[in-house]
Amino acid sequence: MMTRHSLPDNLLMGYAAGTLPEAFNLVVATHVSLSDDARVRLAAFDAVGGAMLDDALNDGAALADDSLDQMMARLDGLPQANARAPEGPDGIFPAPLADYVHVSGRSIRWRSIGAGVKQAILRTDGRASVRLLHIPAGQAVPDHGHRGLELTLVLQGAFFDGNNRYGRGDIEVANQETEHTPIAEAGMDCICLAATDAPLRFNSLIPRLAQPFLRI
Amino acid sequence: MSGQHDETDWAVLVLRVRDHQDRAAFAALFRHFAPRVKGFLMKSGAGATLAEECAQDVMATLWQKAHLFDPTRASVATWVFTIARNRRIDALRKSRRPEPEDLPWGPEPEPDQAEALEMQQETKRLGHALAQLPEKQRALIERAYYGDLSHSEIAEETGLPLGTIKSRIRLALERLRHNMS
Repeated sequence: MMTRHSLPDNLLMGYAAGTLPEAFNLVVATHVSLSDDARVRLAAFDAVGGAMLDDALNDGAALADDSLDQMMARLDGLPQANARAPEGPDGIFPAPLADYVHVSGRSIRWRSIGAGVKQAILRTDGRASVRLLHIPAGQAVPDHGHRGLELTLVLQGAFFDGNNRYGRGDIEVANQETEHTPIAEAGMDCICLAATDAPLRFNSLIPRLAQPFLRI
Repeated sequence: MSGQHDETDWAVLVLRVRDHQDRAAFAALFRHFAPRVKGFLMKSGAGATLAEECAQDVMATLWQKAHLFDPTRASVATWVFTIARNRRIDALRKSRRPEPEDLPWGPEPEPDQAEALEMQQETKRLGHALAQLPEKQRALIERAYYGDLSHSEIAEETGLPLGTIKSRIRLALERLRHNMS
């Protein structure tokens, strides 16, 4: 599947390097599951890491004298992992996201955040947050600006923001300068995965008052 | 082991580990890659003892997961890097790392040798190209991979010469998809 709205290099490189917050990792892994183009770009950034590893011999890196012996002794207790069929998607949720959505078999716990919009926060490390958003067809998400970086990945339906249309697998990247009002396309409710490394600010009074309670 | 090893040799050795639990092949891989993994982890801020332990864990994972390696899509160095990176996340951050869904059609039991060879050579060329980068740019890339830069400190367009390796990876994906259907 080609996606026209893809991730910027810095996030793919951060994912390859292993330095992103878990919430962003989840968005990247889900996006890559849906986009061959992102998969290719990520593999190229992994290859940069491979080249770096190849070059990483340094003075302190000599192994202990008995390292190989220890290693070979350890192999006896190590069964080779069995090849298993890759996990497939679960409905609209690609495998990495399905792991987070169905924690111990529970269904998604949606909470209303007004105007028919619902969210479900997914548990990740505290450096950023990530949630599912459910926007009724034709409905706008309350106008909000950002203090940090926000990634919004479409899982079902589509939304418009200004002149751009974002469909399944597309990702919108917003930052401080972006005031945006995503509007779900008519016809089908839109479900998105959204991660941010700072709390969102809503520009209308009620969502702002509710913000501390909703953790958004 | 002595002398220079072509990348293909490493890929062949991993396949021998996969198919025959070949301990001599594994030992050769260990001698080459374990010190590099240790060096990589030390440059990422790990102490020598922890880095050595983790290098052994990484090589143990190679032994256990050899069947997941696809030489048409990555060099052995790249694959070992991804294992080492995940081990580093485990050791330093203790947070989960969601991985993309596996492709339903790979890796193949008998990877195309010419294709595998080209992948290994392309990775080698990428290494040379990185070495030729202006010092300042290379230092930034290194800091990104050794964990000293956050995503917001990395430029949105990294300007890395990745065009040809991307074409190579794209071809490999397309061929796998074609063979599947």
